[in-house]
Amino acid sequence: MMAQTLAQKIIAKASGRDAVDAGEIVVAKVDLAMIHDSGGPRRVKPILERLGRNVWDKDKVAVITDHFLPADTDDTRAIQRLTREWVAAQNISAFHDEMGICHVVLPEQGHLQPGMFVVGGDSHSPTGGAFGAYMFGIGATEMAGVLATGEIWIKVPETILIEWTGWLGPQLSAKDMMLRAIGELGMDGGGYQAVEYTGSAVSALSMQERMTMANMTAELGGQTGLIAPDEVTASWLSARGVQPADFSNWRSDDDAPVIAHHHFNASELAPQVAAPHSPANASPVGEQTGEKIDVAYIGACTGAKLDDLRMAASMLRGQQTASSVSLMVAPASKRDQQIAAEEGTMAVFEEAGAIILPNACGICAGYGNNRLGENIRCISTTARNFRGRMGAASSEVFLASPYTVAASAIAGHICDPREVAGGA
Amino acid sequence: MGDPARVWKFGDNIDTDALAPGRYMSAPIDVLASHCLETVRPEFAAQVSRGDIIVAGANFGMGSSREQAVEALRHLGIAAVIAQSFAGIFYRNAVNLGLPVLECAETTSAKDGSAATMDAVSGKLELDDGVVLNCEPFPDFLMQIVNDGGLVPHLEKRFSGGASR
Repeated sequence: MMAQTLAQKIIAKASGRDAVDAGEIVVAKVDLAMIHDSGGPRRVKPILERLGRNVWDKDKVAVITDHFLPADTDDTRAIQRLTREWVAAQNISAFHDEMGICHVVLPEQGHLQPGMFVVGGDSHSPTGGAFGAYMFGIGATEMAGVLATGEIWIKVPETILIEWTGWLGPQLSAKDMMLRAIGELGMDGGGYQAVEYTGSAVSALSMQERMTMANMTAELGGQTGLIAPDEVTASWLSARGVQPADFSNWRSDDDAPVIAHHHFNASELAPQVAAPHSPANASPVGEQTGEKIDVAYIGACTGAKLDDLRMAASMLRGQQTASSVSLMVAPASKRDQQIAAEEGTMAVFEEAGAIILPNACGICAGYGNNRLGENIRCISTTARNFRGRMGAASSEVFLASPYTVAASAIAGHICDPREVAGGA
Repeated sequence: MGDPARVWKFGDNIDTDALAPGRYMSAPIDVLASHCLETVRPEFAAQVSRGDIIVAGANFGMGSSREQAVEALRHLGIAAVIAQSFAGIFYRNAVNLGLPVLECAETTSAKDGSAATMDAVSGKLELDDGVVLNCEPFPDFLMQIVNDGGLVPHLEKRFSGGASR
């Protein structure tokens, strides 16, 4: 048999084949479908009714509310009510209501395993690739088709290898690695193929840092972003009650074909900042030091998990934000916030003067009441800084790591977290 | 060949937040569509006519999986989007909602405001200034879905025994 990539192996299994070729279109059976309150029930219910179908397997569907929260308008309350009623009518037990952002809650609740073929009704679904699952985002009509049939077509992707040798220095993170890669390769550098991350600096990442890496495959334009499972994956999963089956096969064969192999050296990486209005406008922080900011935002699936909160708190401990800066923290999940509260991380934010926001997508997705006003300049741990996404069209968003966002909140302008930390 | 349509020209990396802004996502489609592309081109939604065509650069529709990005264009009557390339999820959403999306290696010669005549079958767009864009043909597998009018009618046909898949 021809050597296969990890992506090919998972798609072959899902489509009942021994092997698949890049470029062929196959129909695959879905192991799990994840939907949220925005693209989920309110969109799929009328389609399923028109088709006269219920969900194909209630045990393979997970529903997570995270977009229209807090539900503080008539519209959003109606959406949440419809969501809850549909989940009950379909008898779906994997319903995580107001628990946090779907990409973080899904693995936290033990739904992901290496080798699974998973679709999510959200573009940051490649996050699941951190666990060695082939997970990708689709729209609501396509999701309705999956819910009706349990199947989806997929053009077997080529694999693009991104290898990070060396080791990350202090105050550097997966966000810096991804902004660097997107800055180099562009927002369509992934060409809607499978991206696989490898190398010493990737293996050294924690599970949540790997999730940040896989998550931003969306901004790289890949269909999914895979990291082969290892002992880090296994111990994270077993701590959440999931005993993964033997995953030794869930890796690319040594001589599997790749269409591109990009090399980066983590040891030479500086903190990255992406200037408005594209994640591809990334450059070393030194090129943007001194830019004044009004808002520092620590939020989103890609930027406010427990590990992200700890990174930011390591800068803010015993510090105050600049008087001109509003620091907002929206922890990505309720569980992560609880742990952060118990260990004192949340207290650091409160003492620094931060506003704590709900465990939801919030202004990262342009939802809710905290959107950026006219001409506001924001530095943010989120994934996208498109014009107007987080608020007024005149607002500007710089993307950076939790270290850099926290350091900039203290300084009142963009600054290198390594300098604030005293070169620690 | 249909009636002439106006060409609306856009650049690279038109994103889904521009097509379907988050702050209007809980609103009905007519409200959402009235804000379509306003951050890029404020007059677009008010001035676009049924049958008009968008010609754009690379990576059209990048960003979110929200299919309202496609739905807003359809609501405004856009007949087709021709771009150098499309973001993957947007492309799938367009097929599923029956919006013709055609890839064309060279779109820079098309001028904004041109009158155009589209032949969806051959993928040929003829402009009144003599410029012709020859688009890539649609893959057969996807053509079945588009010809059925999108994924929902396609599945209706399948469930009633009219198609194998």
